[in-house]
Amino acid sequence: MSVWSLVLVSVLFGVGAYLLMDRSLTRIALGVGALGNGVNVLIISAGSDVGEAPIIGRDGTLTDPLPQALVLTAIVIGFALLTFLMTLAWRNWTISGNDEVEDDVEDRLVARRAERTAKSGDQPHHEDVTP
Amino acid sequence: MSTLVALPILIPLITAAVMLLTRNLIVQRCLSFVALSLSLTIAVVLLVDVWGSGNIVVARLGGWPGSFAITLVADRLASVLVVVAMAVTLVVLLFALGQQAADEHSSYYHPVYMALTAGIAQAFLAGDLFNLFVAFEILLMASYVLLTLEGTSEQIRSGTTYVVLNVIESLVLVTAVGLIFAATGTVNFAELPERLAELPDGVRTGLHLLLLVAFGIKAAVFPLFFWLPDSYPTAPSSASAVFAGLLTKVGVYCLIRVQTLLFPGELSDLVMIVGIATMAIGVIGAISQQDMKRILSFHIISQIGYMVFGLGIGGAAAIAATVFYLIHHIPVKTSLFLVEGIIERDSGTSSLDRISGLARRSPMLAVLFLLPALSLAGFPPLSGFLAKFAVVRAGFDSQQYVGVGVALLVSMLTLVSMAKIWVGAFWGEAEPARPSGDVGILRHQRSMAAATMLLVAMTVAIATAAGPLYEFATQAAIQMLDVATYVSAVRGS
Repeated sequence: MSVWSLVLVSVLFGVGAYLLMDRSLTRIALGVGALGNGVNVLIISAGSDVGEAPIIGRDGTLTDPLPQALVLTAIVIGFALLTFLMTLAWRNWTISGNDEVEDDVEDRLVARRAERTAKSGDQPHHEDVTP
Repeated sequence: MSTLVALPILIPLITAAVMLLTRNLIVQRCLSFVALSLSLTIAVVLLVDVWGSGNIVVARLGGWPGSFAITLVADRLASVLVVVAMAVTLVVLLFALGQQAADEHSSYYHPVYMALTAGIAQAFLAGDLFNLFVAFEILLMASYVLLTLEGTSEQIRSGTTYVVLNVIESLVLVTAVGLIFAATGTVNFAELPERLAELPDGVRTGLHLLLLVAFGIKAAVFPLFFWLPDSYPTAPSSASAVFAGLLTKVGVYCLIRVQTLLFPGELSDLVMIVGIATMAIGVIGAISQQDMKRILSFHIISQIGYMVFGLGIGGAAAIAATVFYLIHHIPVKTSLFLVEGIIERDSGTSSLDRISGLARRSPMLAVLFLLPALSLAGFPPLSGFLAKFAVVRAGFDSQQYVGVGVALLVSMLTLVSMAKIWVGAFWGEAEPARPSGDVGILRHQRSMAAATMLLVAMTVAIATAAGPLYEFATQAAIQMLDVATYVSAVRGS
């Protein structure tokens, strides 16, 4: 594995991981795309060094065909995933006007409870905290 | 025999493709039934052969020699799990047909359901890591679509969490596959054990941990479980029943393969601690919930803990207990979700605050709930008791008293939360406006009721045939621990 492909992999992983932290689904999808490509480069560079196309009858050093077959599959899968995520973001946008990932049910309950406590008294006692 | 191995994957997959050509619902339904029945028959034939001869049946797709082909492997564990998976998906299909729900009327439901079945079968039969990754993608992609088929805002909200979490899981898995390929030059299960053993300790542990995290997210073990109780309850009942019964078990199955084949006996303390924590956290989560689906979802996590705990103990007896647990848990959990589906269809809600008096209105439904619920809690003589007994005995034999204590306590708390559903939904006065007797609930939903009865009968059958089945689980465990035979069978030397 050459140093440059290693650098490329780490940059793609870094960008992807950063984008995954976002609340916006579009950014998450972009992050998934970056991460997926990082993994693809990783698998490609995990194979042997560059050489002749691996066809029976060719001479010289042949490239390992296995990682290429793996990456082709991985690219197709990644593309499908990305498409699905974008569709999900679009659907979310048509419903709610934004594409942000919402809190789950429990989180919203806890947040509402905390709001009520904050409104009901200036100094909450122990008994007030429980609903 | 070896051509049969590919059929439980190919039949549903080809059927899915054919179905997309027609939008006729009746044709799709018939095709689904024929495809799943055929796959089930083939899986049973395969199981009988593998069980009888004790051989490992291997199929090399593409006709390439040795490790170059896409390998499918049916050993004892894989073949029995394919049979259980096909049987459960067939029964749930029957349930979905009777449900008259909007999602089943979509012309995409049946093709996607077939793809899900194919993915599950392929995950059980995969003979190399990359093939396993592809199987995961097939079943995950199908589950994304099933989860968000109606496109309501609630489904999109929880679907987003589920999709993103599982996409991350896929990325971790494919990274692990890439790194393992970089380190060993192979992804084949037959060559990996030997080559992985040659690696330096640090590299090996790193790769092992990556695989554990990837499969741990899928199996919903502590601390990677949080996506599950949020996403399963919003899925349509038939979909969430299959998810609850089978998808997390695919994760557990992969964990078993990692711990017995790829890294035998390594990091078992970590796996055991994770198992104990999963049991405890899952059941505590279940007790604090007020919604039937959420309670049942948390119980999936808690029960996964038992299997992972058994896996962590290691040794033939404990692995056998885990295998038995796996087989027993699939129909039990699925039937509980089906009962919940019937209740939700009748009452329009799954909140315990708003349902009551079901036992008075439909005693049959109460029995259908009570049997798997008590089995889940581990009541003798039901299958759950035998599974828990096997795990606990394996724990005693290897002096894991803390884990055994937690396991017993958790099964008591499981009973508490099952009692909560019972008291909330089944006891009390029935709403006066509703008709009494089975007329209102089960009679109008014959195929839903029939599907649930079939699954409950399956759990009772497991309890009745526990002796031979446990013997089979032991044989499966011994076969799994014999890595050398597996390797030579898959290599074909």
